[in-house]
Amino acid sequence: MTTAPNHVEALLEAVDDGGAVAFDGLRIERAEDGYALETPDEEWTGLDADDLADALEPLSDYVTNWRYWQRAVGGEGTARRAFLRWCERAPLADVDGDDGDAETGAHPSVDEPLSVPERYAALREGLDREWGQLCLTARLVDDADDDPAGERVYDLWHVDDADSDLTQLEVYDDPRDAREISTYDEDGRYRPLKTAPTLPSGWAFTGLSGGELVETVEFFYPATVANWHRELRGTLDVDHWSETAERQTGIYDVLDEMPREAVEWMAEACCVDSQCLRRREWEFDEDEALDVDGGDGPFPCREPCSLVVAAARKWTILESEDEHTYELELTTSEYNQLAELIDAVAEGRTDEIREADVNDGANRFRARYLRAKRFDEEGDLEARRVDD
Amino acid sequence: MQALVIAAHGSHLNPDASDPTYAHADTVRETGAFDEVREAFWKEEPHFREVIRTLESDEVFVVPLFISEGYFTEQVIPRELRLEEWDPDKWDSDGTSASQVTLEAEDVGKTIHYCGPVGTHDAMTDVIVQRAESVTEDPNVGDGFGLAVVGHGTERNENSAKAIEYHTERIREMDRFDEAKALFMDEEPEVDDVTDYFETEDIVVVPLFIADGYHTQEDIPEDMGLTEDYRLGWEVPADVDGHRIWYAGAVGTEGLMADVILERAADAGADIGDAVAAVREELSLETGADLEPSAEPGD
Repeated sequence: MTTAPNHVEALLEAVDDGGAVAFDGLRIERAEDGYALETPDEEWTGLDADDLADALEPLSDYVTNWRYWQRAVGGEGTARRAFLRWCERAPLADVDGDDGDAETGAHPSVDEPLSVPERYAALREGLDREWGQLCLTARLVDDADDDPAGERVYDLWHVDDADSDLTQLEVYDDPRDAREISTYDEDGRYRPLKTAPTLPSGWAFTGLSGGELVETVEFFYPATVANWHRELRGTLDVDHWSETAERQTGIYDVLDEMPREAVEWMAEACCVDSQCLRRREWEFDEDEALDVDGGDGPFPCREPCSLVVAAARKWTILESEDEHTYELELTTSEYNQLAELIDAVAEGRTDEIREADVNDGANRFRARYLRAKRFDEEGDLEARRVDD
Repeated sequence: MQALVIAAHGSHLNPDASDPTYAHADTVRETGAFDEVREAFWKEEPHFREVIRTLESDEVFVVPLFISEGYFTEQVIPRELRLEEWDPDKWDSDGTSASQVTLEAEDVGKTIHYCGPVGTHDAMTDVIVQRAESVTEDPNVGDGFGLAVVGHGTERNENSAKAIEYHTERIREMDRFDEAKALFMDEEPEVDDVTDYFETEDIVVVPLFIADGYHTQEDIPEDMGLTEDYRLGWEVPADVDGHRIWYAGAVGTEGLMADVILERAADAGADIGDAVAAVREELSLETGADLEPSAEPGD
């Protein structure tokens, strides 16, 4: 690939304007004895303008890389830029922005960065990254006739479809279509929690620009890019349970009365990897961690979400009830069956239980039999309260 | 750069609740008036709590897609957006006159122009009338017609009724419909008795709700006697007690709502160019209706 002369011209203008350009391993400086040019592999000094242009000729990857990031993407210090840099394993040093010394290398999402030649080799093949249940591919535009050399485009599909042929997938190019795709799960049920691990497969977005990619990802997983970026910079703001509960008003005003141990049960019920791709970073309060593990999800969860808040209201009200002792007649197997039923519902396993698998206590016919035998005419479980 | 955030309720249970929000956001996106347009929700994502940080713009116009000033616009949204300096008095409103207040969002250091809800903007009156035109498929509807503006009404928030009465009065002053009445679900005068309140044979009923849902698609049609059971559907118009009821469904689903959102942002200082004209042009091409503004922006 040759570098269009106007890219070199733009680069030289930038050097003349600022005295130097240093970007992703390429360094050009205007000194008294002429231009100095440096890459990780080579260096030249004392070049006049024509020599510099000639020397840049075989370095077209560095030149178009500079153009793409500094001219096409821009947005120094923004989450959008950091995310697109992450997509192709470019160094993330500039995500620190003005804040300085965040240890971005330590973040679990960040791999060893690739050099420009390594990235270009990978981008020509297509460089894959995973973002929750999304697989993102960054690649160089195939046809450089219409697009500037070094321009990237991005493809996006479900991780389960990473090996599928495009012809088998529904292909989209408008980020807004992600809203519809992410609204329902495979069974057509509404997904109120966008980070539930239930994103349906069978679709692909192709040829997105960087801006469109970020927009599409934001429709699938709102605010994940912004909060990832903050976590990367060490500026993620976490609101713990007690702060979130105390600021509620209206019908949610009761939340701060939720018993301490019920907060644990709630976190165990809701905020685990099987239910949500977010990793719970909030605790009971700043000084008191919850015993339940926050999970290994890729996205930081910085405060209880609206689903947790709504469910917590219900549990706060339920926990205000007194406990009683009940007496009911059950065989040992029926007693065990109650536990199996609760477990099957909690794990979302009921659909997997085969019609005729009467060995499973949560089998529908086993449940119907238990109801027929142990429920009274009003449809209630026959039991006696014995503590009053 | 300037961004628009449309702040709506959303739902954990009903995926259609956010449809009008998305539709109006898309209409505004297509005008190109804002560098960024974002939907935000109380019950969906992005949550109010997270939305501002997803924007690159330093100037953010937040327009609540709510009908009246009250609990959500005065407490929930400003609190969740971390507008620490917020105080309802800063709107200096009588319940229907909130325009905007400029504040800082504390977690992001951006300037937020927090606007009054769409439901109390003067341009909303036009949307109600447009709704009557849409449902009757008559751009000149008015003569021989009564118009009922229906609100929820609640003992808990007097502003809820004020918004309904405000637009009803403005429509009455237009002298376009033979009669105009404000009716409610939970207070007098009640929508159940809609035919008692009108002399005209034809009555257009426009519920001042943002999204179609339980109230507009189940409660109100059954209460008015349009149908025995909402699941059976109803005719438009439907014959009830010798009147023809033209039931319009939630006004918030009307395309012209995007115009009100733009007007709110413009009143707060957003540079929207000719976006309002573009929206009206687009809609008039779709509906064949003549959408002349009856009020100037900032009225």
